[in-house]
Amino acid sequence: MARYLLLRLADAVPTVFLVLLLVFIAMRILPGDPAIAALGDMATTEQLQLFRERMGLNDPLWLQFINFVKGVLTLDFGTSMMSNQSVLGLILYNLPYTIELTIVAMLIGILLGVPLGVIAATNRNKAPDSGVRAFSLIGYAIPDFYLGALLLITFSLNLGWFPINGGGEGFADRMYHVFLPALTLAFVKAAFIGRLTRTSLLEVLSKDYVRTARAKGAKENRVIYGHGLRNALLPITTGLGLSTLATLSGSVAIEMVFNRPGIGKLLISAIAERDYAVIQGGIVVFAMFVVLINLMMDLVYIVVDPRIRMK
Amino acid sequence: MTDTGTASSPSLDTPGNGEPVLSVRDLKTAFRTGTGWTQIVKGISFDIGARETLAVVGESGSGKSVTALSIMRLLSPETSRIEGSVRLGGRELLTLPEAQMRMVRGGKIGMVFQEAMTSLNPLASVGDQIAEALSIHGRFTGAAAEAEAVRMLERVRIPAAKARARNLPHNLSGGMRQRVMIAMALACKPQLLIADEPTTALDVTIQAQILQLIKELQREEGMGVLFITHDMGVVAEIADRTVVMLGGEVVEQGQTEDIFAAAQSPYTKTLIAAVPRLGSMTGKGQPEHFPVVDRKTGVLRPAESRPDTVDHAGQPVLSVRNLVKRFDLTSGLFGAVHGRVHAVENVSFDLQAGETLSLVGESGCGKSTTGRAIMRLIEPQGGAISIDGTDILALDKARMRDMRRHIQMIFQDPFASLNPRIRVGEAIAEPYLTHKLGTRQEARAVVADLLERVGMDPQVANRYPQQFSGGQRQRICIARALSLSPKVIVADESVSGLDVSIKAQVVNLLLDLQQAFGLSYLFISHDMAVVERMSHRVAVMYLGEIVELGPSAAVFKNPQHPYTKRLISAVPIPDPSRRAQVRKVANDEVRSPIRPADYVPPQRSYREVSPGHVVQEWEGDWKM
Repeated sequence: MARYLLLRLADAVPTVFLVLLLVFIAMRILPGDPAIAALGDMATTEQLQLFRERMGLNDPLWLQFINFVKGVLTLDFGTSMMSNQSVLGLILYNLPYTIELTIVAMLIGILLGVPLGVIAATNRNKAPDSGVRAFSLIGYAIPDFYLGALLLITFSLNLGWFPINGGGEGFADRMYHVFLPALTLAFVKAAFIGRLTRTSLLEVLSKDYVRTARAKGAKENRVIYGHGLRNALLPITTGLGLSTLATLSGSVAIEMVFNRPGIGKLLISAIAERDYAVIQGGIVVFAMFVVLINLMMDLVYIVVDPRIRMK
Repeated sequence: MTDTGTASSPSLDTPGNGEPVLSVRDLKTAFRTGTGWTQIVKGISFDIGARETLAVVGESGSGKSVTALSIMRLLSPETSRIEGSVRLGGRELLTLPEAQMRMVRGGKIGMVFQEAMTSLNPLASVGDQIAEALSIHGRFTGAAAEAEAVRMLERVRIPAAKARARNLPHNLSGGMRQRVMIAMALACKPQLLIADEPTTALDVTIQAQILQLIKELQREEGMGVLFITHDMGVVAEIADRTVVMLGGEVVEQGQTEDIFAAAQSPYTKTLIAAVPRLGSMTGKGQPEHFPVVDRKTGVLRPAESRPDTVDHAGQPVLSVRNLVKRFDLTSGLFGAVHGRVHAVENVSFDLQAGETLSLVGESGCGKSTTGRAIMRLIEPQGGAISIDGTDILALDKARMRDMRRHIQMIFQDPFASLNPRIRVGEAIAEPYLTHKLGTRQEARAVVADLLERVGMDPQVANRYPQQFSGGQRQRICIARALSLSPKVIVADESVSGLDVSIKAQVVNLLLDLQQAFGLSYLFISHDMAVVERMSHRVAVMYLGEIVELGPSAAVFKNPQHPYTKRLISAVPIPDPSRRAQVRKVANDEVRSPIRPADYVPPQRSYREVSPGHVVQEWEGDWKM
């Protein structure tokens, strides 16, 4: 098992390297001159030259890349050209808000989605199943930022039950602030997870070992949860990993709609202001997140699939 | 049916002494289909006494498995309808409330299925799965259930049961998994065991072990056994009484001895005639057709003797020398080789024109790999293969494609080897057109001719594969292989998936085609009895090597190698009078051809027993 983990970890190294390379290249291809963006149209040629020299923009590309990787490894992403704060500081301030949004959204999504899927699968082609399928269809079809705006207008603006913007201070307040944005993301998640659970469970319930469980005299609940859902968890876990990644990218739009701090919002404003250091740092963090979530999913596999544990 | 007598004497301690354990009357099962209800089981009746084994035998679609599932009420009530009466120890099961029926399942009736791999939960240890059955029925709970599960594993003769109990199903071999299934089914000491084709997916030596085990456990536990099978050999081996089913109806039932001695219905006669009998070929130098029974009158037409089709003088059409194929097992980041599967090791043989050479052996023995290496579907590591004197391993891709005209293959699964979206006529014509042997017009004529040759109406060329049965599809595959007029046909388990009576027809067809076209067959099979009937020579493979090779008659009459002996003795014999004899069955697993990376195969020497009959010298670790 330790070997399995080590291998997974080793697998992540080339991925990370590739991500850094892509971010680096993307930043160089992006239109616009960072020096002009930072100093404005009024800057003189000497000022621009001096700025480029100081930022290392005149170095050969390979040296720039090495310096960039070095910076990432030492967690030194440079300073924001707009606010003059360190990029690391900005990230560290914003990151927790995105993480809590993602976690709460996933939790609500799982708590809604899995039971819905089980209800649909065990009542196949009956009214509850049709209901769940209709819900899934709506969840798939509705854009999350639109749903977010609807919820915001209804519950925050008109009813005044939830805050309109911000991230909140202290645990209770933060949970209060995160609830509505998380619910928005969770709605889409629940649609996906519900459908995935339904399909996986239906497939597992047609397996021979489910028949064996019934032939043993097991009660229907034991058959569905002990044998059925237990095995259906494998494909569901894979789906959850993908879904977490989608939640993360979904958070970008949601942070804008609810005007709450977070990596997504940080990135969007940095792009608008051509704050290259922040864009670069933000994308790297996002990408690391994706790698991290994949690793965590491998860990979850160890829990749900004893065959890996025994290797 | 009034006969409830049992072959063994009824014992006094069985419940309802003299009463049948299970009594089925006028059982009818229908499935809901798009258009209404389709009757699958059409009113069948039988009894099973305590300590009695009843075999329900029939071919696919006869309703035998549905009968078992109906008794257990394991069919979905939404899509099926069961009528009639099923009484267990006098209690009617079909009207029992679901909660009580649950206590019957696993408690009073244990059930074993065909596929032990898919019938066990892949995520739970086998010990837990047995313990679950015990705790459901309140016999044991917690640690006591676990201890009892280990005891059950010991009862089904699993070595190191305590450690094995913690294994997941995929850690066990096929035979062991089936033992686990049996342990689970018998954990709660049921009055009846239903075994649905429990040995069909197993190797023949493992099948012999499992049949023996069921017999022994029945003697110890005294339960009735309902044994479902398609194999008359297995029936003779295990059943006191037999029910023959066809199309959802019972066509014949009675004492197994009586049925084998004097079957009444033409269908039963067909089934029995189609059972390959090991030893039935003794003294005959040539392969022979299966006898054919007229399905209406039941009159048996014995096989005619066949002329010698082998061209003894010419050079061999296929010659294999020192063929080696190994698969590396890698691990770690950099793919270090930590072991190798020695799938084919130093295999040599010749095949003459018009001759059938069979490669026999159990799963993992390398027989299929040999066939595929000869087709160059996989590249061997060493050795030489020549067809008609041409070394095919030296050919480039284009020349090899040409060479494939002379050597064609027929696979095991006729369902998977025909593209469902291509009409069968096109499928047969495709190789002909690919090799540019003629125009489309000519291809059509060839297809019509070939379909007729394989016993089908040329009109069916416009149909799609799913409109045919398994046996018909295999005929189509044979026609496709013949479209290039090959010299050699590699038939990889080509009749193994077919029902017995269909199997006999296809074997007869292959023999006819050999006579008509002078074909040579490399017949790859695990079915010893079919091999004996249709081959001129036999090569027995074990762990990638040929351990014995010789004329069919010599190998079967006078087997030399311990493995050949074990294989032959494991084949079920369709002779019920031998049922009482306890056969010695070695409880060994089939060994694995996986070796460490630095393994050097030993030098083997062969000894000639009689002209053309050679056997590998073996080391001392063989015990029978």
